Amino acid sequence: MTTPVELEQTQVDPAVNEVESQDRPWLSIVWNDPVNLMSYVTYVFQKLFGYSRDEATKLMLDVHHKGRAVVTQGSRDKVEIDVAKLHGAGLWATMQRDV
Amino acid sequence: MNGWRRRGGLLVAHLTEREAGLLRGMVGQVRDMLEARVAALPRDELAELTGITAGPTTPPEDRVLARLLPDFHREDATLSGGLRALHEPELLAVKDGVAGVVLDTCPARGGRLRLTDEQAQAWLAALNDVRLALGTVLEVTEDMPDELPADDPRAPHLVVYHWLTWVQESLIQALAGT
Repeated sequence: MTTPVELEQTQVDPAVNEVESQDRPWLSIVWNDPVNLMSYVTYVFQKLFGYSRDEATKLMLDVHHKGRAVVTQGSRDKVEIDVAKLHGAGLWATMQRDV
Repeated sequence: MNGWRRRGGLLVAHLTEREAGLLRGMVGQVRDMLEARVAALPRDELAELTGITAGPTTPPEDRVLARLLPDFHREDATLSGGLRALHEPELLAVKDGVAGVVLDTCPARGGRLRLTDEQAQAWLAALNDVRLALGTVLEVTEDMPDELPADDPRAPHLVVYHWLTWVQESLIQALAGT
């Protein structure tokens, strides 16, 4: 005999959680690599995250010249999904906590 | 192949028999590699019952697969492992799906290609996976020359790599309407 497991999220105070995630959000980062085309990276940023062509181009150039760019930020769950989408498109992406 | 054009709402191109064979062969190879990764997962009775598959927690040892299935975090191996277990099955399914679209729409003997935008986006991702695979094996760099010396064993493969790059670039321009 058993009882339903109490879901963990019901025990978290949403207000506290919100403040914490705003303080130090998670970031999705795209790294420069020698294979992905500049045009493709720009296209992927527009398609996946709804950036305008100008915004997407600026981010792509950051990746190209600085070696990396922060592409999205937010809660861990959101950024985790963003990174999975970037991997689906073949971009070299990782996530990390903002410092 | 003379590049992609948008015509009547479709993305249109023409492939010779040789080009179609080359492309289908490479897309099929990448798909086989990804399938081998799926097949290597230990059988899991629970997953079969619930339909929720957990992926492996460690990155592939093979450098091509490792490039296609990167880590989620650069330093935190525990976090990366957990997220890999969670997301890799779906990622493999996505990559298998886009490869399947190419194999379904690319005539084996070459000829005319007519793709919807959705199919063209799948082609774009599948072409990219093949370029990542080939680029990893060829160890391409950003300033890779157009040609390698004839005695370099990579020379003929680099020609194929550059051709794929051109096919992909042309498809992006046609899709983005530039």
